[in-house]
Amino acid sequence: MVKIVFVLAYLILAPFLGALLDGVDRIISARMQRRKGPSLLQPFYDLGKLFSKEMIAVNNVQLLLNLSYLVILMIAGCMLFYGADLLMVLFILSTADMFLIMAASSDSSPYANMGASREMLQMMAYEPLTLLIAVGFYLTTGSFQVSDIIRADTSAVLWMPGLLVGFMFTAAIKFRKSPFDLSTSHHAHQEMVKGLTTEMSGTTLAIMNIAEYYEMILLLGIFCLFFINSTWWSWIAAILICAVIFFMETLWDNISARVKWKTLLYSCWVVTLVAGGVNILILMLDK
Amino acid sequence: MIPWLIGIPAVLAVLFQFIRNEKARGYIVYAGAGIIMLTTVIFIVNWIDGGARTWMLYPETELIDHLMVAGDLFLMCLIIYLSVKYGKVLPIILSVVQTVLVLYTEFTADVKEGPHMLVDWLTILMCIIIAFIGGFICIYTVGYMKGYHNHHKEVKDRQPFFFSMLFLFLAAMFGLVLSQNLVWIYFFWEITSVISFLMIGYTRSEEAVNNSFCALWMNLLGGLGFAAAIALMAQLHGTLQLLEVVNIGALLPLMCLSLAGLTKSAQLPFSTWLLGAMVAPTPSSALLHSATMVKAGVYLLIRISPALEGNLVGIIVSSIGGLTFIMASMMAIAQNDAKKVLAFSTISNLGLIVACSGIGVEETVWAAVFLMIFHAVSKSMLFQSVGATENTLGSRDIENMHGLIITVPKLAYIMGIGIAGMYLAPFGMLISKWVALKSFVDSGNVVLVLFIAYGSATTMFYWTKWLAKLLCFHIPRQTVKDVTHKDEYVSMFFHAAVMLLLCLLLPMVAVWMVNPIIKDLFGNSTDVLSMSVLTTMAIMLVSIFIVPVAMFFISRRSHREIVPIYMNGINNGDNRFFMNSYGKNEHLYLSNWYLRFEFGRRHLRIPSIIMAAAVLVVGFCLVIGGVSW
Amino acid sequence: MNKVSKSPWLLHYDASSCNGCDIEVLDCLTPKYDIERFGIINTGDPFQADILLITGGVNSQTESVVKQIYSQMPEPKVVVAVGICACTGGVFKECYNIKGGIDTVIPVDVYVPGCAARPEAIIDGVVKALSILDAKQAAMSKDGR
Repeated sequence: MVKIVFVLAYLILAPFLGALLDGVDRIISARMQRRKGPSLLQPFYDLGKLFSKEMIAVNNVQLLLNLSYLVILMIAGCMLFYGADLLMVLFILSTADMFLIMAASSDSSPYANMGASREMLQMMAYEPLTLLIAVGFYLTTGSFQVSDIIRADTSAVLWMPGLLVGFMFTAAIKFRKSPFDLSTSHHAHQEMVKGLTTEMSGTTLAIMNIAEYYEMILLLGIFCLFFINSTWWSWIAAILICAVIFFMETLWDNISARVKWKTLLYSCWVVTLVAGGVNILILMLDK
Repeated sequence: MIPWLIGIPAVLAVLFQFIRNEKARGYIVYAGAGIIMLTTVIFIVNWIDGGARTWMLYPETELIDHLMVAGDLFLMCLIIYLSVKYGKVLPIILSVVQTVLVLYTEFTADVKEGPHMLVDWLTILMCIIIAFIGGFICIYTVGYMKGYHNHHKEVKDRQPFFFSMLFLFLAAMFGLVLSQNLVWIYFFWEITSVISFLMIGYTRSEEAVNNSFCALWMNLLGGLGFAAAIALMAQLHGTLQLLEVVNIGALLPLMCLSLAGLTKSAQLPFSTWLLGAMVAPTPSSALLHSATMVKAGVYLLIRISPALEGNLVGIIVSSIGGLTFIMASMMAIAQNDAKKVLAFSTISNLGLIVACSGIGVEETVWAAVFLMIFHAVSKSMLFQSVGATENTLGSRDIENMHGLIITVPKLAYIMGIGIAGMYLAPFGMLISKWVALKSFVDSGNVVLVLFIAYGSATTMFYWTKWLAKLLCFHIPRQTVKDVTHKDEYVSMFFHAAVMLLLCLLLPMVAVWMVNPIIKDLFGNSTDVLSMSVLTTMAIMLVSIFIVPVAMFFISRRSHREIVPIYMNGINNGDNRFFMNSYGKNEHLYLSNWYLRFEFGRRHLRIPSIIMAAAVLVVGFCLVIGGVSW
Repeated sequence: MNKVSKSPWLLHYDASSCNGCDIEVLDCLTPKYDIERFGIINTGDPFQADILLITGGVNSQTESVVKQIYSQMPEPKVVVAVGICACTGGVFKECYNIKGGIDTVIPVDVYVPGCAARPEAIIDGVVKALSILDAKQAAMSKDGR
């Protein structure tokens, strides 16, 4: 029963929460740049506007693929909040991403195509670490099931600090934060227009944005898994720490410039190997 | 029944040498493939009717043994003749040494007689793969070879020979998987090596001949390992039963057999031959070099896997497998030749299977068998669709497949299903990867866990960029006429249907096919797929199949205005051109990323071969030196 | 809630400007003027833009580009001509290659004069454009899109 509530809450609240976080993020970014920034509800206004615009497209499949991206992401999120297999969640997450890449490359346009290629590269960069995180949870708690992980006696982070650091590092890719926002970013005016989303307009873009909100909450959910244990206060602590992590991602976004793809790939892989691999090795030797 | 299984394709093989009429040959291929499949079905029904117990057959086979000696000698003479003709030395040495070794052992060693053939679930699975995938590939060949010779005028038409080899190969494969006496397996093993060699050299161009000899000597090296294993088992333990090898668990024979398995399945120090083999016409790549023959290597490793658990040989095999998995998948990134990508991906997937069987516990072998099933189906489908595309487009460059969904939609769908089957959730490869990852963690092998984590990322990259290329909605430069023959579509549609069915019926495949295999090999079997995983699977199935379809209907209802793509406002006409700075029309050309300077073969091939060879050599030294683990 | 004027995204195109007005446009994004407080984002992509902000007069090379970019923007959309060149052609009006102001090619909703137009004037113009945008949206929904 509780699980159903979680899933429903995720389905209904995630876009709102995600949009609010986005609003907060934009205000914080503005303040870091000594600007006033938009209102907190700006992401909602944006979405409302996007839905009211005329539908234009460059082909007939992009909307379909974008919708599939959204729904499959929602399924992945539901599985996480239902307490299902973490590894499966991550696999579905990458399947969902596949649909986004398809949507972008179906345009057959230079900017979107470049964005899609970079997105693939980003996937290649963060994929090893996500798998290692699942492995880490399995080694720590003896199960891939999220419902078992959150019932552990101690927080998983005690056993896997390296993986947490690695995840914070690579999560910048998923949050589309600088320095790793190669394929597209929330900021205006980039060297390749809007990258992945160049040919998305109106409803199509709104769907993509909502999907990003779902994904953001999903990722924060995985961050929470690091901290949650069987005690009730760990939930509050987890949410607070997630807020801190989110703030740090915003900070990092503002103080760093976009890197080249090689730097992205190698730094992510090296961090994965050093932080993640060593952590896993220690876990394996210890458990 | 067993003589029929081996005999029918062999007889057909002889028959094809005498049929020169193309039409008649086509009918006979259809009939032959049908008969082979029918015989297999009858055989399996018969076996299951008999209680699906393990059959041990043919303890006394004096005559056939002598025939096989003659066969071995004939193969040796053939290899010597061809090597002399083309001026190669290495194959002669390897062939003579191993044949002499086997014959000497056979006539001098005192060996306990035992059953020569074995039928259990693993055999049955292999038979199904050989009969159905092999049969349909033969049907595909009928149409393909017509197109091939239209497309390659310079190649001499030797179709009777080609078909004859295909069917002879099927016979040899049946023999290989049904045998359990080492000498018998060795005999069929050598036949498949030689057929592969002959098929690679089909075009008789200089490149083809060189590559075929490369394949020959590497496979003969494996054969030498096999022969050494036979000699050791006969001299030291007085038995030639494969099951005894597993029961006794002596390391050196196991190591030799593993060497044979590794060469056959093109693992790292030896993976060059499979890449070279891509010069052969596509059906032989589909049948020999992805669906069946290279599976003989992993089949052997799976057979001996219970003896590999936790010992030195197992560690060597699994590390070479893991290394191959990641290295081959990295090298695949830099390839734009579709067949080369498929070859690398075959090597890399076989690497995963080898790694699984090297660990040698129930879970990993479960994953290995599963990977084998899915890989056989989807890879043979991919090879076929690439072959058909090559005949249609005149090129097998992935760059030229830009917008295949517009130009040749049917082939694009088939190729898309094949690619999705190779790496996307919920298709079987991913499930097996899940199980493999879990069991690598359980076995405490951190290196393999890292290999699989990085390897699946690189695997994802090269498949995704190919899939994205297919799905580009781009107005084609010139209209393309689909010249794919009906025969080819029959086979490809069959494969696509099997792929989807396998995906839908995954739990049943697991319970009815894979679990019994594990039970046969290990004596007991635990349910690797738990109920929760199955529900997850169901959800994934829904998400992959239903969601896009549902979204198709939802999105179709919305009205939208089609506008040109964004090219800074300088599109000219349709989306194919833009205006350059001279005010002239310029073609838009979009290319994938190949990262040649980072993941190119030039940089990775030599180091990875050295690493794998070092592991192998050190492994041999340790085993021969008698280091116990 | 879903008023377009709450989140107008703009696309800035330099038709043949001397860059004077362009710098002033970028000025609007700086902390001092900070147009993001109105929810305005300077996007580079016509597919996502609501306001087309053009500087400079149209010449024979940029004419087709302006038309095409305009056609790639989804309705409702407005065009703001920034600077005297964009409004009328300015001092370049009589040049052999200049067609004149933006309105010789596409319909313009707001004219912001000045050489160069001051940031305050640009913001003023954009804010004026917002009410036109709202009116257009209202008209669109009345048509029952």
